[in-house]
Amino acid sequence: MSLKDRRLAELRARIAEVAATDALALQRDGALLVDVREDEETATGSPAGALRLPRGFLELRIEEKAPDPARPLLLMCAGGTRSLFAAEDLLRLGYRDVRSVAGGFSAWKAGGLPVEVPPQLDAAQRERYRRHLTMPEVGEAGQHRLLRSRVALIGAGGLGSPIALYLAAAGVGRLTLIDDDRVERSNLQRQILHAESRLGQRKVESGRTALLDLNPTIEVVSHDTRLEAANVLDLLAGHDVVVDGSDNLPTRYLVNDACLRLGVPNVYGAIFRFEGQVSVFGGAAPGVRPCYRCLFPEPPPAEYAPSCAEAGVLGVLPGVIGTIMAAETIKLLLGLGDPLAGRLLLYDGLRGEFNEIAVSVDPDCPSCSAGAHPELSDIATVCSG
Amino acid sequence: MTNAEVTIRVPTPLRGFVGGRDQVTVPGATVREALAALTAGQDAFHDRLFTAEGDLRRFVNVYLGRDDVRRLGGLEAALPAGATLTLMVALAGG
Repeated sequence: MSLKDRRLAELRARIAEVAATDALALQRDGALLVDVREDEETATGSPAGALRLPRGFLELRIEEKAPDPARPLLLMCAGGTRSLFAAEDLLRLGYRDVRSVAGGFSAWKAGGLPVEVPPQLDAAQRERYRRHLTMPEVGEAGQHRLLRSRVALIGAGGLGSPIALYLAAAGVGRLTLIDDDRVERSNLQRQILHAESRLGQRKVESGRTALLDLNPTIEVVSHDTRLEAANVLDLLAGHDVVVDGSDNLPTRYLVNDACLRLGVPNVYGAIFRFEGQVSVFGGAAPGVRPCYRCLFPEPPPAEYAPSCAEAGVLGVLPGVIGTIMAAETIKLLLGLGDPLAGRLLLYDGLRGEFNEIAVSVDPDCPSCSAGAHPELSDIATVCSG
Repeated sequence: MTNAEVTIRVPTPLRGFVGGRDQVTVPGATVREALAALTAGQDAFHDRLFTAEGDLRRFVNVYLGRDDVRRLGGLEAALPAGATLTLMVALAGG
């Protein structure tokens, strides 16, 4: 008897084995089915709902997926041999109920049990997203989630530039750019999405060129149009997150109200000279997260609004605020951490200070309070660019 | 009026009223007293923050620490010694 066979005989005597059909029943009762085969093996099919965790990473990552050591684990490989070794490793790690699926995936498939083909990253994607894939908080499942995500970006200007670039780089699968401006030389002091070589182009087309140059594997949809009450719902529907990098208050109110109507979170940022604001509005059950109108119920009258052209902004300021907005967007898409909701982050570039103020849900909010159903309207322009 | 000093952070769009400074220190035992001291002698600044009835305008927010003073008793909210008020208005730019 070979060393291997002797060892397997020992393991079979100690490790509980379970038939594939019984494994399915146990999985439905709450046991975690773990497919420990290599990625190349699971690429063509794996049990539906199984955790795919190759044996080489099993002990390192199992606790992220199975924090309760009492939860029954059912290990599966191709034929029921590697899963015996793996089961012993997990018992030694501290899991109390670990079983091996007899006959492995071959038996599962032969029994006509449910199989799914997991979405796959190709070699180039694995290389591109390696620094995400090695983070347990993102990993392969998170990267797939980003690739399936759809984000609408209002404004391809100062804030929109870093937001779009970082979301494209991160692999957000579909980015919708909405802007009705052309690229001008005076934009290039801060709008790093554009370039001297694309002066005069529509911003959404210039942006699309830059984003696909950075990451040709994503989809960039461009809408060369101004957001208005008549088109806002059509343009924003079907997105997981809306990011407001617009440059005027009427659009900000319109985006807020449309996002509430659609139930989509709105990542907000605004800048002026050396100062910036960031927050996340809406996108949760009513009364849970405040909206923009909870913070600013109404815009100031035109005579109090600064002229945008005269206002000026430090070129790097949209970079500071826009990258925070991009981070909040990715957190929302992946369900990571605590969103910057119910709080407004204030950045004072001259002092180099971040401060935070509380933003509460306004029970009388004209947009998001119970029973409110705000009309989408085009407020008179208070800052005409 | 009291001699207790309050620091008021002034947002960029309103700094033209305070000589470009980003914060000023004024006396005041309540939010109303502090804002009155801030805007003393400047009708345009006062009108920017207050309605004709003396209420805070809806597009101006004032925070004591991190909390909106509207939730702390409004303009009559008492200010502890060394309080910091933050004035805030909407920024449009992107």
